[in-house]
Amino acid sequence: MKKGILAIGLIVMLAAGCTPAGATSSAAIPVIDTGVDLESWALVPAGGFLSGQHEHEAQIARDYEIMVTDVTNAQYATYLNAALADDWVEEIGEEIVGFYPGDIFRGYEHEEKIAAGNWLHVPLTDPGLRIERTGDGYRALPGYENHPMVQVTWFGAKAYCEYYSGRLPSELEWEKAARSEDNRPYPWGWEIELNNANLYSSTDIFEKTFGKMGDTTPVGFYNGRIYNGYQTLDSVSPYGLYDMAGNVWQWTGDVYEDQHYRYMRGGSKADYAYNLRIWTRNNAAPRYFGPNVGFRCVRDPLE
Amino acid sequence: MKARLHYIFQSTKGLVLLAIAMISIVTAIWGMLSGPLAEWGLDDFLVSMTGMKLIPAEREARIIMLYHSISLAVVAIETYLITSLISMKSHERSLINGTITFGYLITMICGLTFAYFGQNFILHGLFLFGNSLVFFAGLLLMLALWPWRDEYRIQDEGLARTQRGLDLERVAFFTMAVATLGSSLFGAVTGSYWGNGHETFLAEDLIREPHKTYLQKSIIGHLHIMLTLIGVAITLIVGRWQEFRGRLHKIAMPMMIFGTIVISLGAWSVVLFEWAHWIIYGGSVLVMMAALFFVIFSWDKLIRTGMAERGTQKRRFGDKLRVLLRDPLRFGVGWQMVFMNFTVSGIGIFMAVKLDEIFRVWPAREERIELTGHWHILSGIIATIILLYYADLAGLKGRARRWFGWLIILGSDLAFGAVTVFEMKRLFVSESLQQPVVNWTMLLSEIGLAIVLMVLATLMVWRLVDLFKRRGRWKKEAEASSHAGWGPESRDGFIFGTVETNDQEVG
Repeated sequence: MKKGILAIGLIVMLAAGCTPAGATSSAAIPVIDTGVDLESWALVPAGGFLSGQHEHEAQIARDYEIMVTDVTNAQYATYLNAALADDWVEEIGEEIVGFYPGDIFRGYEHEEKIAAGNWLHVPLTDPGLRIERTGDGYRALPGYENHPMVQVTWFGAKAYCEYYSGRLPSELEWEKAARSEDNRPYPWGWEIELNNANLYSSTDIFEKTFGKMGDTTPVGFYNGRIYNGYQTLDSVSPYGLYDMAGNVWQWTGDVYEDQHYRYMRGGSKADYAYNLRIWTRNNAAPRYFGPNVGFRCVRDPLE
Repeated sequence: MKARLHYIFQSTKGLVLLAIAMISIVTAIWGMLSGPLAEWGLDDFLVSMTGMKLIPAEREARIIMLYHSISLAVVAIETYLITSLISMKSHERSLINGTITFGYLITMICGLTFAYFGQNFILHGLFLFGNSLVFFAGLLLMLALWPWRDEYRIQDEGLARTQRGLDLERVAFFTMAVATLGSSLFGAVTGSYWGNGHETFLAEDLIREPHKTYLQKSIIGHLHIMLTLIGVAITLIVGRWQEFRGRLHKIAMPMMIFGTIVISLGAWSVVLFEWAHWIIYGGSVLVMMAALFFVIFSWDKLIRTGMAERGTQKRRFGDKLRVLLRDPLRFGVGWQMVFMNFTVSGIGIFMAVKLDEIFRVWPAREERIELTGHWHILSGIIATIILLYYADLAGLKGRARRWFGWLIILGSDLAFGAVTVFEMKRLFVSESLQQPVVNWTMLLSEIGLAIVLMVLATLMVWRLVDLFKRRGRWKKEAEASSHAGWGPESRDGFIFGTVETNDQEVG
């Protein structure tokens, strides 16, 4: 009996020794250039498409453009420097905050009042944040420049898009951009492989360093290239978008009656494959931020 | 062969063994599709081996059929135990057991084939037919349990009864059966709208929808109350197994009856009235208090009989604890109920109190983990209680009995405790730093579940090997079954049908 207990103890200790470091450890991350143009936008035409798991016909009234990749840490750092200079946002204490005009509040069950005022955009002290303050302003942490911006609230995502004359996509706009006009469950098609997207326990090169939840992958990572011996599948959506499934959830812009929740789409590095299906919804209070949530913007087509 | 089939399909022990084996097989196979086994790539292996069709858009529907396949087998096990423990006419017992066996097997085989191997709608029709048979068996059970027949009145002063001898424990079983039938209709009615405006969904995906349809609310109520009633049933069953009686029995049975009625009416009413949640809370308190009284009785009895057997007059704490823990099967059913309060009820109450302040700030997928975690744990705890009782029925003795009991208790509690910590991790670790907590809790839960599944597999293999023996244990159990009689007068000391206790084999 004592030998059994000793053996179990040893196994547990060995397992503990194998425990990977957290995603915020100082372990060096692979620096990867995916070759994808981070400033590119894709045109999504107006018209009908099949929305949701049960394929309801939906309509998009006008053409729009959507970012080909998620907003990166480097892009957000650049934005912060400009937006702070323009008083678009403020730095108060250890937070970036900005004004939001508030929602209509009807006091429905579980509804939280989102009043007009300053709301949190980015918490500057959270260990999961991939940007840092230097003497010259904000910059992305080395190696994380082309990873998606995380630890950003819905207010922070909305403010970014609006600063550049864009907006957050509605859920329908996001879905059509991911799916086009057929009934595919994933942006690239009807089936998922572990090297299609950054998901939980997908054994990508970042999971080797950080554990099953891994870390964000650079935007556009899943483009069919081989990185450090890891073969990715080209997982682009019909309109040429990357990372519309996995890596980070993406905030969408809709504000619904009788609730304060803001919705996200796409699934993340911390989720199993079923959460990466196009119609899967997630939501949180708009002041929520986390290491698995980012965003991308849409805009009206340029003339 | 004929004798073996007779044992499996016509004796209580055989029927329970078959149902546990079927659930084990389903769990072993379908368990490869998720969790750690899927992470090891066994899902791909299974799919390529069997030709399963896992269409992403149909995942929710598949899971619903899987849940029904397993839960109806559990309902069947509870029914077998009830028909064995409660006096009824032998033709009633045969008819109920036969109907529900056919029903759950058709449900399981046709349902899973439909869901995972191609959608032939004949199979779907047979799945519904199987469900209907189980419902019909429930109607028969309700009639057989009818407590107001003169022959079922009791005179025993130690049991909960009315002045005119109405057996309140029987009334509790009857009430549970009626409530289960009514609650199943909420699922059946909604299911009948499937394809006619009702779309498949999992309840945990609707948690934050401010406006739910009546059909959606019916399903949410249905699944909650069905699991609750399965819990009520197993509490009554193990109460009968351990000969629950005395003052606590007299308090507990009216509470269980009234609690079952209140909680069911609450779950049904919540479709129309949001405030009916408060009715559910009221009923839950009564049912849980009744279960608590059973646990107090059970442990007190274990201590008293243990001290008496040892002939010791010393009543030190250590001595009491030693005799309390001497039989993990009998101790374990009560302990698992107590443990449930930490991992299910306690978490549920805490979440309800802090819902808007804490939990609804987090992503819905996080809240979803807590919800699915807590009802998986509740289902798991009910399953372990059934296993502990079955191990007693199967005649586990001596060291095997102790190893089986303790490994089931410790393995499951390790797993469920770790999952509970995993659910609540955000309370004490930030999302950015959670990886080590996730690693630890997942590792511990996997170790715990592996222990439980290996112990269960050992039990199943032992019984399977036994079936190949000419004069195996199955033969004795079958003979005992054919000689067993029944009669309302023999309630105490004799358990009906083929179920007998193994008190004398402990120690």
